[in-house]
Amino acid sequence: MTPPDHGARARSGSTRRQFLLGGAVAGVGAAAAIGADTALNAAAQEAPPAPPHGEQTVPFHGEHQAGIDTAAQAHGFFVALDLHDSADRADLTRMMRILTDDAARLTQGAPALADSEPELAASPARLTVTFGFGPRFVERAGGSRPGWLGPLPAFGIDRLEPGLGDGDLLLQVAADDPLTVAHASRMLLKDTRSFASVRWTQQGFRRAHGTVAPGTTMRNLFGQVDGTTNPAPGTTDFDRVVWATDGWLAGGTGMVVRRIRMDLDKWDELDRGGREQSVGRYLASGAPLTGTDEFDEPDFEATTAIGFPVIPEFSHLRRARSENPDERIFRRAYNYDDGGAGAEVSDAGLIFVSFQADVDRQFVPLQRRLDQLDLLNEWTVPIGSAVFAIPPGCREGGFIGESLLT
Amino acid sequence: MFTPTKRNTARLALALAATLALAGCTAADAADDAVAAPAGESVTLTDGWVKAAGSGMSAAFGGLTNAGSQDVTVVSATTEAASMLELHETVENETGELIMREIDGGFVIPAGQTLALEPGGSHIMLMDLAHPLEAGEEVTFTLTFSDDSTFEFTAPVKDYSGANENYDPS
Repeated sequence: MTPPDHGARARSGSTRRQFLLGGAVAGVGAAAAIGADTALNAAAQEAPPAPPHGEQTVPFHGEHQAGIDTAAQAHGFFVALDLHDSADRADLTRMMRILTDDAARLTQGAPALADSEPELAASPARLTVTFGFGPRFVERAGGSRPGWLGPLPAFGIDRLEPGLGDGDLLLQVAADDPLTVAHASRMLLKDTRSFASVRWTQQGFRRAHGTVAPGTTMRNLFGQVDGTTNPAPGTTDFDRVVWATDGWLAGGTGMVVRRIRMDLDKWDELDRGGREQSVGRYLASGAPLTGTDEFDEPDFEATTAIGFPVIPEFSHLRRARSENPDERIFRRAYNYDDGGAGAEVSDAGLIFVSFQADVDRQFVPLQRRLDQLDLLNEWTVPIGSAVFAIPPGCREGGFIGESLLT
Repeated sequence: MFTPTKRNTARLALALAATLALAGCTAADAADDAVAAPAGESVTLTDGWVKAAGSGMSAAFGGLTNAGSQDVTVVSATTEAASMLELHETVENETGELIMREIDGGFVIPAGQTLALEPGGSHIMLMDLAHPLEAGEEVTFTLTFSDDSTFEFTAPVKDYSGANENYDPS
């Protein structure tokens, strides 16, 4: 995203100052002129007022929905809905038209139609709204269900709570401002009430905007970098990993949302060396234990003086890596911390979010390996799990889901 | 919600048109009218929407913009979604309570300006709905102006909890 005409504002500002001061100089003596000149130089050196970050927008319309290849915003809200039993195909079309219109307006900094708090829409702060469909939505729409769209296979490590999984319709609402996210979410949810009811919600966060350099890999609440090996948006590699190419889903993708509880109290008992061994990376740099830079390729062959692998067999890095280039995903996670109670001072973890064209082919084998062996499982428990088909984007005048519903 | 009294809408429209013709037609106006585009061609609607309702009454909102150089007056509205429509304004009654009532003489949209139809303000009132208005469906309206020209627009239905003003048909 290019910031809006920053330079132009700066130029017109100083021109105006020069003009005004120039008039003053003509009318007074030399001494005053020197003073004015000093003031002029000071004024010219003043940093131009940056437009508030809240004015930044991410285009809504396009081949793909926003909120996937969009640099992850600071705040993410995930909500899954159950369709009313009565909601038929025509209802789904009406709902998606309304929700698309809301999202198209709100993401561009305009109030939704019938927005009762229009002032809260004025600062979009890179707001994106991404819609996903569960198996029942696709069924009701009369579309063909991708083979992978449904609950993931049961994993041994899972302790899933039904209230935190599945769902017919997913909204991912993300922006760099939490008030913006709250308003957009409420506006959208008000417009789902005739068709669906809320099943679960999850509120996530990353670093605030401006805290770290753009592009910095996020850190989770264990202090680990999370997402180092992600394919880079805009590359053919990313396109191949993420975008589906067939049928109504062409230009869309598959989404996995898993709530992973992280036992921070137990993690506290582990020393730094143990923490780094469990993941296979240095905590400070994020570099693999065989490297110095976060993006160094790990050397899985390297051994210690006494012959043990430098990157342990049980480490998350080794277990998550596949020889098969198809078994890759794009991660876009958020942290959560719902606060503690009593002696347990945290109820925290990761809202694991991944996008991949084919969940069965790309995500499931990877998760199987982690399920079988990953030392991190000692401190993490999946408690929620859901899979959604993310339809492609739409043009102006169209609506999200039209390739399925028309 | 209040049930409106029965009226003869046709007679009302005629009466309104006659009043407007008498009140607004000076010699200068007549000359301008001769060259001015029909009102229906200079008016557009932005951000239109209709409140969802199961039966009875509803209302339509949006911004009516008059891009022309002459003031225009909306004298009536029709839609297949309801058998009876009124142009309403919201005013304070003698006890200071906000009430809505049919506006005398229709909606005037000054040249180059936008008339906001919004909850708590002026709006197009739908009475005796032909069928439930469900969120996401589209409703087509035809506005008729004092020069008999018309303007058609379509607006989506949205769920909305507000716009529950008291209706005083007196």
